[in-house]
Amino acid sequence: MGDLYDSQRAMRQMRKAAMQRGVVAVLDVGSSKIACLVLRFDGPERFRDADGVGSMAGQSQFRVIGAATTRSRGVRFGEVDAMQETERAIRTAIQAAQKMADVRVDHVIACLSGARPRSYGLDGTLDVSGGMVTEQDISQVMANCDVPDYGMDREVLHAQPVNFALDHRSGLADPRGQIGNTLTTDMHMLTVDTTAIQNLFYCIKRCDLELAGLASSAYVSGMSSLVEDEQELGAACIDLGGGSTGISIFMKKQMIYADAVRMGGEHVTSDISMGLQIPTATAERIKTFYGGVVATGMDDREMIEIGGDTGDWEHDRRTVSRAELIGIMRPRVEEILEEVRSRLDAAGFEHLPSQQIVLTGGGSQIPGLDGVASKILGQQVRLGRPLRVQGLPQAAIGPAFSSAVGLTLFAANPQDEWWDFEIPADRYPARSLKRAVKWFKDNW
Amino acid sequence: MRSLIRRRKKDVPYDPAPSRLGYRYQRLMLTPGIRTTMRIGVPVLLIAAISASYFAHSENRAALTARIEAAKRGFQERPQFMVQELQITGVAGALASDVADVLPLTFPVSSFELDLEGMRKAAEALEAVKSARVRVGQDGALEVHVSPRVPVALWRDANVLRLIDADGVVSGRVQTRSERLDLPLIAGDGAEQHIAQALALFNGTGPLRDRVRGVVRMGERRWDIVLDRDQRILLPAEGPVAALNRIIALNSAQDMLKRDVVIVDMRNAQRPTLRMSEEASLAMRRGVEIQINNGADE
Repeated sequence: MGDLYDSQRAMRQMRKAAMQRGVVAVLDVGSSKIACLVLRFDGPERFRDADGVGSMAGQSQFRVIGAATTRSRGVRFGEVDAMQETERAIRTAIQAAQKMADVRVDHVIACLSGARPRSYGLDGTLDVSGGMVTEQDISQVMANCDVPDYGMDREVLHAQPVNFALDHRSGLADPRGQIGNTLTTDMHMLTVDTTAIQNLFYCIKRCDLELAGLASSAYVSGMSSLVEDEQELGAACIDLGGGSTGISIFMKKQMIYADAVRMGGEHVTSDISMGLQIPTATAERIKTFYGGVVATGMDDREMIEIGGDTGDWEHDRRTVSRAELIGIMRPRVEEILEEVRSRLDAAGFEHLPSQQIVLTGGGSQIPGLDGVASKILGQQVRLGRPLRVQGLPQAAIGPAFSSAVGLTLFAANPQDEWWDFEIPADRYPARSLKRAVKWFKDNW
Repeated sequence: MRSLIRRRKKDVPYDPAPSRLGYRYQRLMLTPGIRTTMRIGVPVLLIAAISASYFAHSENRAALTARIEAAKRGFQERPQFMVQELQITGVAGALASDVADVLPLTFPVSSFELDLEGMRKAAEALEAVKSARVRVGQDGALEVHVSPRVPVALWRDANVLRLIDADGVVSGRVQTRSERLDLPLIAGDGAEQHIAQALALFNGTGPLRDRVRGVVRMGERRWDIVLDRDQRILLPAEGPVAALNRIIALNSAQDMLKRDVVIVDMRNAQRPTLRMSEEASLAMRRGVEIQINNGADE
């Protein structure tokens, strides 16, 4: 774990360097598409052209100067499956975005949706014995969290202090400078498969880029598509992606749970492909043009040409009614949503004060999805679109880009994670001065 | 599953991904330093290389120089810029022709080739010229305005008579005193440095003016006034004009200078002294002896 702690720290340093240079790229490596946005940081309020409109969520300090999307190849279930193909796809996206931005990008912040994320809630306690809580105490209390054995082949992707409590007072955002006896913290830790991260890391490195940050796709799409009061009161963001569906639960503006279902829009497409005996590309096209999940009487009469180029006239002139298409799509969508439901139940979502559910991601564009989702997930369901950020092209404002946009927010002002705090004194090298000072403090 | 066997290029469907080399090349071209080099450095280098290879041949260099020269001359020798004549104002006669001689000009000449400052200095180098103004006036005339030095005295220095102006600058010489009888004559070591004082003395002579032959600087500190009949007035270093006024008063009251006096010594204001001529002193002594003898007879 210490290894990752250091590498996360190194990534934070890299991010700082990128900020100083002013240009950073964000890369959403998804199963169906790879999106790359190039951001330019010019300091706060640089692009404010008129008075009256204040800064929104801190995203006014950067501007998107390049955006590119390419069909993803070699990514399955949100994990890198074929390295060469993924590398090519990343290269395509990066090159197009660089060309649009007309600037060379060296640092990239990436997110990945798969890799079997698993959430852990940790808590730690520290006796500060009537003293003032210092920065060092905070890092110490986080170091005191008893970390469960999450397995050898897993890495910590996020470790965010969610809550601090000092004696009987809970819900402190920043206990520094306060006086109390016992400092406790709740921490949310998200672990993912090491191999998935390593593969992505390697692909990005092969493109001559430095990784300046890594985030979970579920987390960043929640950041971009949940509005502020939803984040505050408690809500779940369901990111219906191509290969996997991310789930993130927010409370008091902190992510408290994240998970992913290894099913997504591509499974719907493959169902159509198999059900109608058509190639995947045609199935994808039919899904996006005519797809739906609620059939009406009108849909029985609406015939869709599904075509083909075999030369067999009967085969190439096949038609299918939209109701049949919906009949193929709906069970799969329902299955995904049922799976999401079970994950939410496992997380104890029903105990939250507010049970808002926001559907986003490319899959949320299926007509009638909110009706089906409200039957399965609960009454408070809405379709979410990402926040608007400066300079984002029209093609990239849809719900399919919610994790890319969320990643820009993550790049602009990331939440403090465990590795952003001071290194606790006992983790310092043996001959450190700080360690000596701490020894004197403890023993005098 | 994708085939692991390498297929021939023709069979591979179109791949939008850039090649690794192309990707690297594009990134290199987007690097700020390289971009600047390509935008500025390469064209500059190209122009430099082309011009260097062209001017490596001496005939090309010579052709360029000749062309520039021809263009320059063609411009400078337009009739608007040509100077046709010389106009000297402020002086006439010998001095004007002297000034014309020192200006090395052959007309017509382009005004770009005229060294006006040099010509002014050349004109001012003449003794008789106090200052000169040189300009190219209208109608292609070179106008030289000369203000001559006005001599205020004659200065005799080792038997040479020089004209000297109020600043003590020699502005010419004359052969004989009779050429410039209107000017006072001064002499003596360091006299030329105190022209103003000499002129004040000379102007203060008043009724004696016709008799003054000149003023002489003595010992570089005081003045003598030399009158005709070899008379001399020795003036003190301090207040010579006042002493001169006393003598003029004495002279007008008692006709002192008409008598047989050789030197009137005013150097000591408390005790003006006269020196009579030898004959006069003999005659006076004789008169005294006669008077004594007469007294002895009585």
